[in-house]
Amino acid sequence: MSNLQWTEIIIFAVLFLVVTVLGFVAARWQAGSTLDHLDEWGLGGRKFGSWITWFLVGGDLYTAYTFVAVPALVFGAGALGFYALPYTVILYPIVFLPLLRMWSVSRVHGYVTPADYVRGRYGSRTLALLIAVTGIVATMPYIALQLVGLEAVLRTMGFNGSGFLGHLPLLIAFVVLAVYTYQSGLRAPALIAFVKDILIYIVILVAVFYLPSKLGGWETIFNTAQAKFDATKDNPNDGVLLSPANQLQYATLALGSALALFLYPHSLTGALASRGRNVIKRNMVALPAYSLLLGLLALLGFVAIQAASKPIVNQATGRPDTNTIVPVLFDQQFPAWFAGIAFAAIGIGALVPAAIMSIAAANLWTRNIYKEYIKKDADPKQEAKQAKLASLIVKFGAVLFILLVDPQFSIDLQLIGGVIILQTLPAVAISLYTRWFHRWALVAGWVAGMVWGFAMLYEIPNKAAGKAHFGGSALPLGQLSLFGWHPFAGSLTQIYVGFVALIGNLVVAVIATWILRAMKSPNGIDQTQNEDYHADEGDPRLKEVAVH
Amino acid sequence: MSESPGKTGYGLRWNNWNLLLLVPLAMLITPLINFDGPHLFGMPFFYWSQFVFVVVGVICVWVVYVKTKDEPVSHQPDRLSVDDLDEGTTK
Repeated sequence: MSNLQWTEIIIFAVLFLVVTVLGFVAARWQAGSTLDHLDEWGLGGRKFGSWITWFLVGGDLYTAYTFVAVPALVFGAGALGFYALPYTVILYPIVFLPLLRMWSVSRVHGYVTPADYVRGRYGSRTLALLIAVTGIVATMPYIALQLVGLEAVLRTMGFNGSGFLGHLPLLIAFVVLAVYTYQSGLRAPALIAFVKDILIYIVILVAVFYLPSKLGGWETIFNTAQAKFDATKDNPNDGVLLSPANQLQYATLALGSALALFLYPHSLTGALASRGRNVIKRNMVALPAYSLLLGLLALLGFVAIQAASKPIVNQATGRPDTNTIVPVLFDQQFPAWFAGIAFAAIGIGALVPAAIMSIAAANLWTRNIYKEYIKKDADPKQEAKQAKLASLIVKFGAVLFILLVDPQFSIDLQLIGGVIILQTLPAVAISLYTRWFHRWALVAGWVAGMVWGFAMLYEIPNKAAGKAHFGGSALPLGQLSLFGWHPFAGSLTQIYVGFVALIGNLVVAVIATWILRAMKSPNGIDQTQNEDYHADEGDPRLKEVAVH
Repeated sequence: MSESPGKTGYGLRWNNWNLLLLVPLAMLITPLINFDGPHLFGMPFFYWSQFVFVVVGVICVWVVYVKTKDEPVSHQPDRLSVDDLDEGTTK
């Protein structure tokens, strides 16, 4: 607990206090008739307009972990880390149309989660359960990673103790977050997102104009970076440009991540909380402002090379934590008061998505497991109570993860999370357009994609980190194996595992659908109608919000 | 893939302006952008060209938004009365 940076800590603490007050006040902000209903607690009354949605979804998708991990990846690997920019550019054109259909059908039938929708579309409890479990399993490590982001700034400010004491500031921050999320539901992160995003915009715009001019300009920065990457002979794939081997990885990682993002329950929560289709459409146009920011931020990884920043050694694990690279850069290069603002931006940036993710996971638990399997006659009030409790459990589960398990494990799990959430694409996204797939074929595809994706991730080593398994998401095509047959033997070209697993998933789902259709197996009852997918605000078909 | 127009009769509405949504995907063709020069503000082409694509993406989505804004939200006016009548029976 030495080297405490007092100026930074005081500014951080003041801003943290401000958002805490906001978090509690949020319960009364635009309040509906009751908070004892999931529409109100879990979706903020389903009435957020364009601005609130922009801040909320922006705060939700562009998380603190993204803000520390993407520049850290660029710092370590160069061009490949920049995949975050194409990922968040192609995201919006891809989801523009399906998301509108999802909003409409959810609004007509009162669906709160993607699993609710699948249940209604296919009348299959098993399929809905798989979707819910996948969502929860993929979201949990993501919440833990927000803690990694928060801890990166806390350690940079000097709270770098070992053992329990080293985690204490993090624990306090999370207890506070848990309590106001319990109280205010989705309104808390929505209100806090305003503060978070404004701070982030200020910090990053200052950083990308001030730092390069201070450090000799972009030309110098890129030259230094290239020299650094040239010096690492053991890794032929790093560099300021993509190598021949990792171009396919770059494209498929960006595409796979873009396809996966709105399958995460927390992304959908933000979208379903909006008032109408036009709110979503406007946001698909306006959200890339954050992508621009993320791209600029990614370049700070190169700036950190020029500034010769060194990642802090995490006293809890004894290893250098590359995720501290941007906080260290800010700490070195900015005056203490501005570094304090920057750290608050990242720290608060962890709270918004952590809150939304825990709400989304709690909604899944309540709607698709508790009400479906444990207490079938739960009324809306009991549902809301259950979800509030679940949000607490989810958050403390994430804290325990960080306290008891090596943070590296959360990073591995999040890597797996991205691959497994992608396996829900046929059931959640393609089904918005066609019910051609058979429900049991979707289950079969899901199993195939899961098993194969997991097996491929297990086989990928990371020599730099000294790991034999789960070393990354880049699979050399030469290792691609179909029951022992290597179609691309010898190829070093890398591809994103999630993408390969999704193709396997689709192939199995198509074949199984043919078989099941030939056997005339019944394909469940569809509760939705064609018109449901086009309903907009003011339509008499819409289900009333928060009716008991 | 989930954007394909698919078969009609599934309640799908197609508008040719939607094809613009495919344009930003061009940035995934890395051989077109993986170059060092020309530099802009000292940045290699690989980086600044992708920033340009942010703008391209925004313009494409914006045009689709504007061009599809006036699509009828409910099917036909006469369907509305049926829906009103049905409302008591919907869940």
